[in-house]
Amino acid sequence: MEQPERFDEEDLTVNGVYRLKLFIAGASPNSTRAVNNIKNICETYLKDNYELEIIDIHQQPLTAQHEQIIALPLLVKSSPSPLRRMIGDMSDTKKVLTGLGFHKDQM
Amino acid sequence: MGFHHHMSTDKRNIKAKKSITALPKTPTGIKGLDEITEGGLPTGRPTLLCGDAGCGKTLMSVEFIMRGATEFNEPGVFMAFEEKAEELADNVASLGFDLRKLQDEKKIRVDHVHIDRSEIEETGEYDLEGLFVRLGYAIDSIGAKRVVLDTIENLFSGLDNQAVLRAEVRRLFHFLKDKGVTAIITGERGAGRLTRQGLEEYVSDCVILLDHRIINQISTRRLRVVKYRGTVHGTNEYPFLINRNGISVLPITTLKLNTEASTERVSSGIPALDGMLGGKGFYKGSSVLVSGTAGTGKTSIAAYFAAAACERKEKCLYFAFEESPAQICRNIRSIGIDLQQYVDNGRLKFHASRPTIYGLEMHLVIMHDLIREFKPDVVVLDPITNLITIGSVSEVKSMLIRMIDFLQEQEITVMFTALSLNTIINDQTDEGISSLVDAWLLVRDIEFNGERNRGMYIMKSRGMRHSNQVREFVITDKGIDLVDVYLGPGGVLTGSAREAQQIEEKTGAALRDHAVSRKDREILRKRSVLEAKISSLQSEFESAEEELNKIYLEEELKKQITEKTREEITRRRRGNS
Repeated sequence: MEQPERFDEEDLTVNGVYRLKLFIAGASPNSTRAVNNIKNICETYLKDNYELEIIDIHQQPLTAQHEQIIALPLLVKSSPSPLRRMIGDMSDTKKVLTGLGFHKDQM
Repeated sequence: MGFHHHMSTDKRNIKAKKSITALPKTPTGIKGLDEITEGGLPTGRPTLLCGDAGCGKTLMSVEFIMRGATEFNEPGVFMAFEEKAEELADNVASLGFDLRKLQDEKKIRVDHVHIDRSEIEETGEYDLEGLFVRLGYAIDSIGAKRVVLDTIENLFSGLDNQAVLRAEVRRLFHFLKDKGVTAIITGERGAGRLTRQGLEEYVSDCVILLDHRIINQISTRRLRVVKYRGTVHGTNEYPFLINRNGISVLPITTLKLNTEASTERVSSGIPALDGMLGGKGFYKGSSVLVSGTAGTGKTSIAAYFAAAACERKEKCLYFAFEESPAQICRNIRSIGIDLQQYVDNGRLKFHASRPTIYGLEMHLVIMHDLIREFKPDVVVLDPITNLITIGSVSEVKSMLIRMIDFLQEQEITVMFTALSLNTIINDQTDEGISSLVDAWLLVRDIEFNGERNRGMYIMKSRGMRHSNQVREFVITDKGIDLVDVYLGPGGVLTGSAREAQQIEEKTGAALRDHAVSRKDREILRKRSVLEAKISSLQSEFESAEEELNKIYLEEELKKQITEKTREEITRRRRGNS
């Protein structure tokens, strides 16, 4: 529960906007797929209502420790709360949507 | 083709063998472990350290990192998968290291890996690249030579895809080898396997197993090298101890029997006893057993020995298993030795403990530890027989072998005292132990004439001429002395009987003197009588000889006359014809 709080504080001002961070490892197949998949999902379900940041931890190795990153790709949803962490190439759209807080009838 | 193929495999085998013999090692700095492994862990390779929860694997790996950073100039990365930051800091502090300082100096880097399963949703294919990036960065940022992963198996409970995890763990071991770091990977013991996740499959070089057992309500920690490629290693279980200085493994040292034998002698502290031992005392670095029945003064002999060492300005470590140091000092003061002064000037150190607080091996480890710390010249164990209450005779024997080996290696002279009861079983104990020691003094009660006295003799003393006499062993307020005993018709005489014998011998001497002079006169008389007889016989013989000569001459004369007569007759006959 150390890191999440920082996100929450920031998000108090921005209401309703999905703040997403996708951590990837260079151009690995999993990373490439994850980038494509999450972009599709965002465009389909969160159009104009999201901020997606893509971070290559090969470029920022210290982030890996700070963000407690082990498995990659990793998607962190910091807003709206609750904070959720999802790993994988985001190919399971249902699970991604569940993680983003969608209910079954919204999918 | 086939031929060529064989050639190349042969070459490869030879190459492999060469690299095995040349396998470099990295010292852990952990007491005893480097001796068991003959140098440490395989350099640049991962070692698996496994055992049940609470067996000490985290502490051992922490010590590996800390000693590397402080003693071997090898920076280290500690990646913790389970411990909280504070717990790790406590662990480090308990070993007397300052984690923050070492981190600031970039000698150590700690990374806590936190995986909370409830936070993570798995949405497809993934790998553990994040872990590799973290580890790689940590290693490179301080130029780490050592790495600990404690314990990587926790990943398996945090993530679902076991196939991915296995592949990634395999990749991780390769990664560590590529980085050239000497690594410890810890793993928790699983049912029927060394680790829950079978990590031993991935580590081919070195596997060490820790164990924490409770036998007879006494806890014992043990270490075993399960596997060590290309290295001769003991497969025994080695007991180890966790104390304020970290981990201390007790190696079963040099059963090689190649220790140097000193010809230097050390005094027993009792001049008369030194006299019995060829005039000089024990050999330096030898082991001495003093055994005897209750109250025969074994502790007194040990105290004299200890005091003599302190007087020589040597250091003595005294393990008391029966009496408290205060009791020993008081009792020994009553026979004229003040041990307290040596305690005060730091030459004598007591370590008193009840045998039953620890297991036998823990005692041994503790003794080792204290000896290594205090570096004594002389060690006393008083009495070893109390240890038998916590172990079998054979266990005690094997413990003592190890103790003696260890002490011999350091050229420390050791004196054991042992209580022998008048039972057959304990006689065996004596003998079992006595075959291990270099010298064996036996103190016996001698009950005679309504008194109980002490007799001492040297059962054996290897490599020196020694007295075979039984001496009476006298303890007075002035100290210990040994007095010659007397052998009488009823056996050995001691105490007042000996004194009586001494008086008797004095009066006897006067009587004997008188008897001797009387006998001398008698002999003179006999001599003159005999001489007279001899001269009369002589004259008798001479007359007999004369007689014989006379007869002989007469015979001769007769013969001549007869001859002449015969010639006369013959001549006359011729003349006549």
